Amino acid sequence: MLDYLIAGLAVGGQYALIAIGYTMVYGILRLINFAHGDVFMVAGIMMVYLAASLPVYIAMPLVFVLTVLLGFLIERVAYKPLRSAPRMSVMISAIGVSYLLQNFVLYITGGLSKQYPALPLLSERVKLFGIGDKAVVFVTPVIAIVLMVALMLLIKHTKIGMAMRAASRDFETARLMGININRVISITFIIGSALAAIGSMLYFTKFTGVQPTSGALPGLKAFVAAVFGGIGSIPGAVLGAFVIGIVENLAVAFDLAVYRDAFTFAILIIILAVKPTGLFGEKLTEKV
Amino acid sequence: MKIAAKRNNTNSIVTLVCVAVLLITLLVINKFVRSDSMIMVVLQKTCVYALAAVSMNLLNGFTGLFSLGQAGFMALGAYSYALLTIPVEVRANVLYKHAGGIIDFCLPFIPALLIGGVIAAIFAFIIGLPVLRLKSDYLAIATLGFAEIMKNIIMSNDVAPLTNGPDPLSQYATGFGLPTYLAISAISILIIVLLIESSYGRAFKAIRDDEIAAEAMGINLTKHKMMSFIISAFFAGIAGGLLAMFNTTVSAVSYSTIMTYEILLIVVIGGIGSISGSIFATFLFVACREWWLRFLDSETLIPGITRGSFRMVVFSVVIMIIVLFFSRGMFGDKELPQIITNAMEKVRRKRAVADKVGESK
Repeated sequence: MLDYLIAGLAVGGQYALIAIGYTMVYGILRLINFAHGDVFMVAGIMMVYLAASLPVYIAMPLVFVLTVLLGFLIERVAYKPLRSAPRMSVMISAIGVSYLLQNFVLYITGGLSKQYPALPLLSERVKLFGIGDKAVVFVTPVIAIVLMVALMLLIKHTKIGMAMRAASRDFETARLMGININRVISITFIIGSALAAIGSMLYFTKFTGVQPTSGALPGLKAFVAAVFGGIGSIPGAVLGAFVIGIVENLAVAFDLAVYRDAFTFAILIIILAVKPTGLFGEKLTEKV
Repeated sequence: MKIAAKRNNTNSIVTLVCVAVLLITLLVINKFVRSDSMIMVVLQKTCVYALAAVSMNLLNGFTGLFSLGQAGFMALGAYSYALLTIPVEVRANVLYKHAGGIIDFCLPFIPALLIGGVIAAIFAFIIGLPVLRLKSDYLAIATLGFAEIMKNIIMSNDVAPLTNGPDPLSQYATGFGLPTYLAISAISILIIVLLIESSYGRAFKAIRDDEIAAEAMGINLTKHKMMSFIISAFFAGIAGGLLAMFNTTVSAVSYSTIMTYEILLIVVIGGIGSISGSIFATFLFVACREWWLRFLDSETLIPGITRGSFRMVVFSVVIMIIVLFFSRGMFGDKELPQIITNAMEKVRRKRAVADKVGESK
């Protein structure tokens, strides 16, 4: 039982890192960034190719930087021109980016599943609490929580963090107050992509096959986690991710592995039906 | 009033002419072009995807429900169709791991298609109960999740005696010509058009334009949303059956989110809320994907760069450009006949003005 719980925490930590990207973008732009899961997948593919020709110690930071750059560019090219367009257009643009990234990786890899390289320390097998697994399984939850705390400190105590909070509370007013909204949004995407890059290193070290569709399901689940915790709330997203990771692995423990994805979405539907704003979400009333 | 009536009249004449021209062109092509040529393949696939796109447009464009579950409903339709039309004697071959599977009868293709549609519609009803209460983007993610789960469940070993699990299905009824695809697709699209023109269709549009106002006018939101969702799923199921027919094998893997994305992008390119736009966009989409851009995949064109799937990259970039810079699509929310009538009207007015100017001189 304990091994399933630990596996659940590990998967939860990986989802958490992706979920933070979703929740921050949604908090500010009210946009489901459909391409976020694919950014995560592209980070995995970049590592496969870079580690093949460079030492891992150089490849890892390089993947990190390139993923951040990718996230930044996607926002600038695909979302920024549509800032005043209806929300649906931006969502469609996000779907277009997702389609583009998947097709690009399909072209690069030829559709084959690529083997993720072994990373130092993370890939080593260790034995803890009587369970033997890759080290990444044990460190993931810790990394996720440390990064979450760091991010929350950043948002609480820095100027840019204050600008982010203002923008997610009221986009238009924040703009009127002289906040450079484009800068805030860019930084949001940079943080989201950086966490997705770290998440992808942790995730693919455990599940080593990378293919064009690898990002879809983790992305969806991370989004469900963000909704579960109340969209816009960072600790909510992390908590939601841990809950989903654990539920998923408990499903495996009880021999219901087939339906583990169904459980995730059952959670989504139940939470939306009972408390549509999630655990920590703010209450919204619709004005006519 | 009189002018409006006259306009309406010309509009329906133009519509008839458009449909007639389209049908005659297709029948001529069918008569004179070899059945294994590229254009026939493209046209058959266009019929399949056009129905899928129109069924999605009914939801996204006319009812304002941003649903991304189309691939899931298509998978249901495709599996139902394939499973019901495998001849009894080859069942043991196709589902050899499961001693021929649970189903031990074979149906003609039309009932099988319809049953596929009905099964998709039943699932739509079950999912719709909780999901349709959600607002725009939550609805999108919940339906997308449904499609992904559907795919995984079909492929799982628990239901393998029914669906053949991860292994594909084959040897069911295939090999129909363009007229079959055309007839099924055209009749289905006609039914959707008639629905949109009916009072139900007006209720759908009212919901799309403003949910709260529609409710205040006495439109039952739950009932109409559910109706639109179920009908859309029914026709998506039929489109899935047609796709199975076209592909000659069915495997749940191919009914992934990317299929939903493609159908959504077709709808966007054609214009959200335009049936004729969806149909034309489907043709352009399928023709570019399968035919006109094929040359980009040849390794000799630019050695080192062009190879398998390169066309998909170029293609996605083109789509991104359309999405970013022409977000209203080809026809916006108008239909082709309407556009033609408007153009005719414009020309007539210009001529009238020119005549008047001529007279006064």
